[in-house]
Amino acid sequence: MRQRFSTRLGLLAEPIIEWTIRLCGWSAIFFVFAIFFFVFREGAPFLFGKLDLTEFFTSVNWRPDSRIRPQYGVLALIAGTMSVTLLAAVLSVPAGLGAAVFVSEFCPRRVRESLKIVIELLAAIPSVVWGFIGYMVLNPLVIWATGAPIGINILNGGVILALMSVPIIMSVGEDALRAVPDTYREAAIALGASRWQLVYKVLLPAAKNGLLAAALLGIGRSVGETMAVLMATGHAVQIPSSLLDPVRTLTATIASELGEAVEGGDHYQALFVIGTLLMLMSLVVNVTADLVVKGIRGKQNV
Amino acid sequence: MSNTVAVPVTGTIDTVSRFTAGAVEKRKLLVERVAACILGIATIGMVLPLIGILTVLVAKAWPALSWSFLTQNPQNYMTAGGIWAPLVGTFYLVFISLAVAAPIGVLAGVYMNEYAGDNWGTRIVNMAVVNLAGVPSIVHALFGVGAFVLFAGMGRSVLAAGCTLAIMTLPVIITSTREALSAVPKSFREACWNMGASRWQTIRTIVLPNAISGILTGVILQVSRAAGETAPILFTGAVYYVAVPEQGLASYLPYGLWDRCMALSYHLFTISTQVTGVTEGVQYGTAVVLIGLVISVNILSIGFRVYLRARKRW
Repeated sequence: MRQRFSTRLGLLAEPIIEWTIRLCGWSAIFFVFAIFFFVFREGAPFLFGKLDLTEFFTSVNWRPDSRIRPQYGVLALIAGTMSVTLLAAVLSVPAGLGAAVFVSEFCPRRVRESLKIVIELLAAIPSVVWGFIGYMVLNPLVIWATGAPIGINILNGGVILALMSVPIIMSVGEDALRAVPDTYREAAIALGASRWQLVYKVLLPAAKNGLLAAALLGIGRSVGETMAVLMATGHAVQIPSSLLDPVRTLTATIASELGEAVEGGDHYQALFVIGTLLMLMSLVVNVTADLVVKGIRGKQNV
Repeated sequence: MSNTVAVPVTGTIDTVSRFTAGAVEKRKLLVERVAACILGIATIGMVLPLIGILTVLVAKAWPALSWSFLTQNPQNYMTAGGIWAPLVGTFYLVFISLAVAAPIGVLAGVYMNEYAGDNWGTRIVNMAVVNLAGVPSIVHALFGVGAFVLFAGMGRSVLAAGCTLAIMTLPVIITSTREALSAVPKSFREACWNMGASRWQTIRTIVLPNAISGILTGVILQVSRAAGETAPILFTGAVYYVAVPEQGLASYLPYGLWDRCMALSYHLFTISTQVTGVTEGVQYGTAVVLIGLVISVNILSIGFRVYLRARKRW
């Protein structure tokens, strides 16, 4: 202990410092509410004044610029988000969870450490670069492989989103598997279980909730992703009928149209309403994932 | 866990089958091998695309990459030239977001690990951090427009964009600070308390110095996150093009706090989707510089962590 502790000044300053720390700690709550408040506030006049909610959720026509009769239906945009997210989930959840099992249970320790670093780097690649890869690299590949006229479509966007969400699923899933106490493993091995039996019969049921949360977080990331889908899924506002149709997602709509919308106009406010919708969706996903994880903590008592 | 060899457990005990695998065990081992193979392939299937993609990017960017690519401005309506102006813009944004997010984030981490009790208030703070991390980036952009650009009257500026990035990357710093602090053993604090030190004195003289490298790791991660993000700066401060001097002192500080700026990530978006006639080398070159920047910052952070683990004395 090199310093002398109680100087009079330090004692006077202490309450101030402690309150600053408290305020910073609570700031996260403040920011979440602030985000909700400011996004909601910009869209509120339109939401309560002019927007027909039935049209908003059931119409496929998103024509905010129409001079005759602007229409604000987000059904096609929701379908766009859902289709890309679904494809990404189908690809990334099995791959991510499989990789989590492999890294946590089957890998030698050394390989595990380096694999985790690679996965971490994969997670660090910015979304605009993923969009660029979809737009420039995957685009011709998709055309070549499927014969589609345009290579930026659901397939392209789904693959890109899957590559983006796999690292999250994997690292959260691996944490969930690591959280299963080693006594479970030892007991299973003592009974003569092979490693696969151990995984299948013991670890998967024990880590079920954590793995579910991992999948949810990965899906949440796909729903909220903006730049990658903006560049890789095309721009057609439509209900897709095949994997090779271009679609437009909720996030991409905001990103591509807010710059052109007149500040304070109906179109501008409608985009903020979409933002509120996205915020609510991400809240639901995150709170669900959180409750699912907390669920095991409560029961397990480890 | 060591390699487990399946011990045959068969119903009838005879000298032949006791130490050799029976049909059931053979099947068990086969299933295990197949499972390990499939899972291994799934893992490799994630790593290979990364390597393949990086190779393609670097190969296509190679002809364009040079020192002058970094130090020249975009020319000819952004179809040629270098990336100096966006590169400096990115440094501006990262610096501002770091200056805003680091103090708040570190103190918030201190609060969560040192002050918060085990009660519902803490649970709400936890929930808020998780949700803040999960808010879609484009919603952060809308928040930035509503709060900083319009409400706070910053206009579309470097400052507004930096603040938006700061809010977005705050959870990264909070979470890693918290982890770094919780790795400091409780006994350190107890020893300090016993000498009559107050809570803050303990934190300042014992806890923070022992956790500083872990905190730095989180700060470095925040930098990499902030450098790569595009959506939050779209409507809060980034623009297509700003004429910036290439020579002299002014080239290092070209933007004022209230100016709009170019940014590397937004520049990549622009030249690959909005501007026609850009040479491939410039597009791929910009992408590679952006990846290189982000990944080298990340490797720095990983290196830090490995060094830390090796040095740890408790």
